Amino acid sequence: MKIQMILNGRRIEEDIKPDTMLLDFVRAQGMKSVKRGCDTGNCGLCTVWLNEKPVLSCSTLAVRAADSRVTTLEGVEEEAAEFARYLAEEGADQCGFCSPGFIMTVLALKREIEHPTPDQIKEYLAGNLCRCTGYQSQYRALMKYFGVEEEA
Amino acid sequence: MKRIKRNYVNQPIVKKDAASLLSGHPVYTDDLASSNCLIVKLLRSPHAFARIQKIDKTKAMLVPGIEAIFTYEDVPKKRFTLAGQTFPEPSPYDRLILDEWVRFVGDPVAIVAGKDEECVKKAMKLIKIDYEVLEPILDFEQSLDNPILIHPEENYVGHEGQGTDAKRNLCASMIHEEGDVEQALKECDYVIDETYHTKAVNQAMMEPFATFTSMDIYGRVKITSSTQIPFHVRRIVAHALNISKSKVRVVKPRIGGGFGAKQTAVCEIYPAFVTFMTKKPAKLVYTREECFICGSPRHEMEMHVRLGADKNGKIKAIAIHTLSNTGAYGEHGPTTVGLSGTKSISMYTGLSAFKFSYDVVYTNVMSAGAYRGYGATQGIFALESAVNELAHKMNMDPVRIREMNMVHEGDKLTNYYGESTNACALDRCVERIKEMIGWEEKYPYRVVGPNKVRAVGMAMSMQGSCISNIDVGSAQLRLNDDGFYTLLLGCSDMGTGCDTILSQMAADCLGCDMDQIVVRGVDTDQSPYDSGSYASSTTYVTGTAVVKACEKMKERILDAGSSVLGCPREEMEFDGQRVFWAKEEEKGLTLADLVTSLQAGADDVLAAQASHHSPVSPPPFMAGAAEVEIDLETGKVTPIDYVACVDCGTVVNTNLARVQTEGGLVQGIGMALYEDINYTEKGRLKNRNFMQYKIPTRLDMGQIRVDFESSYEPTGPFGAKSIGEVVINTPGPAIADAVYNGCGVRVRTLPITAEKVFMGMMEQNNGK
Repeated sequence: MKIQMILNGRRIEEDIKPDTMLLDFVRAQGMKSVKRGCDTGNCGLCTVWLNEKPVLSCSTLAVRAADSRVTTLEGVEEEAAEFARYLAEEGADQCGFCSPGFIMTVLALKREIEHPTPDQIKEYLAGNLCRCTGYQSQYRALMKYFGVEEEA
Repeated sequence: MKRIKRNYVNQPIVKKDAASLLSGHPVYTDDLASSNCLIVKLLRSPHAFARIQKIDKTKAMLVPGIEAIFTYEDVPKKRFTLAGQTFPEPSPYDRLILDEWVRFVGDPVAIVAGKDEECVKKAMKLIKIDYEVLEPILDFEQSLDNPILIHPEENYVGHEGQGTDAKRNLCASMIHEEGDVEQALKECDYVIDETYHTKAVNQAMMEPFATFTSMDIYGRVKITSSTQIPFHVRRIVAHALNISKSKVRVVKPRIGGGFGAKQTAVCEIYPAFVTFMTKKPAKLVYTREECFICGSPRHEMEMHVRLGADKNGKIKAIAIHTLSNTGAYGEHGPTTVGLSGTKSISMYTGLSAFKFSYDVVYTNVMSAGAYRGYGATQGIFALESAVNELAHKMNMDPVRIREMNMVHEGDKLTNYYGESTNACALDRCVERIKEMIGWEEKYPYRVVGPNKVRAVGMAMSMQGSCISNIDVGSAQLRLNDDGFYTLLLGCSDMGTGCDTILSQMAADCLGCDMDQIVVRGVDTDQSPYDSGSYASSTTYVTGTAVVKACEKMKERILDAGSSVLGCPREEMEFDGQRVFWAKEEEKGLTLADLVTSLQAGADDVLAAQASHHSPVSPPPFMAGAAEVEIDLETGKVTPIDYVACVDCGTVVNTNLARVQTEGGLVQGIGMALYEDINYTEKGRLKNRNFMQYKIPTRLDMGQIRVDFESSYEPTGPFGAKSIGEVVINTPGPAIADAVYNGCGVRVRTLPITAEKVFMGMMEQNNGK
């Protein structure tokens, strides 16, 4: 079946099988930042935006994104780079495999809530797993990025 | 020579690959696989133990797009191990690429390769297999001398000195005693005699196992793989395929985490075999489910600890017997178990006797492997729990009993290859965590609500910094145009940041900017040999190789400067940017000019290489303390605060060492409270995804606080020891003791679930 969408600002039209997942679709389009971590909607690695809202592309059919805007990390490079600097300065990148999905969720949070509280941040990001960092360095980077005063 | 200023070591330097990792560039194995490669999948056994009678693949081969299907009839018959260890590996040779015997639910029975996933999946359903289903051994306590033999094959190879006996289902065994432990225990005023049980847990690195293979332009199998052990993979694949090692090349791109899982060649052999047979590119990327059912998890161990002390609390005798479950195959079986005794007992000194013995047995579950901590984690849970129990039995503070018995700088380590500690700040680490957690105010517990208490517990940990006399690290430096260096390494940066910290060391040794060091990760055709990134060895062993290579390079620069300038060699100096004549400093050359002169009509393009091994493995130490909240109605344990203080010698990168520690602690908390691999009564693994196998999310670990106490290890680069593994070992015993301190329930089998705590409280109430 034919679908159309705007992927990272570019209009595309593709012939796909009805059961194609959005994750496989965007990776086939060259958006390799989108990672497969679990296939069961638990790890958050495959997070992309569908009409600016974060979704798990491993559990979203590509046809669901027809006639919509899909954004991956490749589509928000500059915005991502700003937050990425905070991560790098904390050494929070580590293996980096969870970073694209994590960053997409962080940027979505920024758009939704400009000044989130630490609890709001943790809850919003609870679905983004990371096995390397123990989350603390990500947390320090998030506090600085969102300008949250650290508790004494 | 002028002293070169140190600018990078012991600083929070940003990782060299940070920008590319954080911008989502295609740097991992699956991102690099070509779009035309064959998709490889493995058909797996539904039975825990069976012998294949007949496989019929004719129908499956007719599926359009199928390129090849291989069964046990098609593969070489020479056995090997997948364990990433230096040759000759201690692990037994008990595997084939595909075997006529299948030994666990998930053991591969056929390799299917086709043009896309759809046709491969379709073909897998059409392969017809007749199995003779056999009775499995699923309980590792029933394995030794069971009439059912898991490895009955004639060509099984056990290695000498490991105590292997396949006819008893015994992968390895050993007894080591110093002094008369029975007598010493008899003379003790207090004895703890308990059994502790740690379960298999999965590394759950975010990037699944993944390998991409193709034929290179010289007709060799090129393997791009997410691995910690590129050079071992070259050897293992050559063994498995029964081809010359010169026909295999391994390239390691960026890796999405390993934690030991990728110290076993879990998936490389299958696509390599496909490419070798078909000459076509192929890739195999494990699903998360496959990572769970056919990965290389931590060895399940049961440790019987007997611990005795005199009336003052001085520990006099320790006896540990470990029963380890290696599963269907023996990867890392003979070696992980050793650490359960060496790296636990050695934290204590002044014993009159100790004994450490073990049996490692085969069972019909997935093969265990290497997981951060490598047996030490299990042994430390057991012994530190026992020491806590001893303290309670004697009415002593658990911190006090450590203060009386722990190893100090200069002490001979009790059960550690005869080594002594050059550098040990364990005493200061214990002191520091006591202060950080507020031990005096919080021990043993405080009531914080109608049915809620908060309690604290602590534990100590040690690890090694390499496998002494075995691990080899190498570094090669080349001096290039404009005076930048290429640093070629054979160790695997798996996210830990070794490419960065080794560059920091090189920059400080050579007195240059970090930007002048271009680091090159592993390609076995180009990189100098390195045994791989495991056993906490990279900073300590490869780091020293880097320092040695830099020293050689500086000598080479002085040689070259002397000959280009025509000044006496012994009067030459190098300050990192210029090589010059000490007697007349203007007479000199910048590095850039030196290189320019060497690259035209000269015979001496500068390069230097060094390798290193260590006769010792200096242990890093740490102490950790947990504060948890216990719900007295439900038994639920919630981590509130975890503090840790680490002695890893000189901290090379202050950010990365902190992150290593935080990450290790959270994995340890996961093992302590949530993670548990379980099987059905037929041997099918129950925890097959992140819903059933719960690793901590950012809501599940409480607060983590980390500090460092520095020591200086004279045999390490810049005084460094290791950090990667030591950090995972304390949460189990510390949290178990916090739970005991809060509600009186002693959990000796991990994980500490609400159910176990609740049942424990019920038993207490019934006993009253």
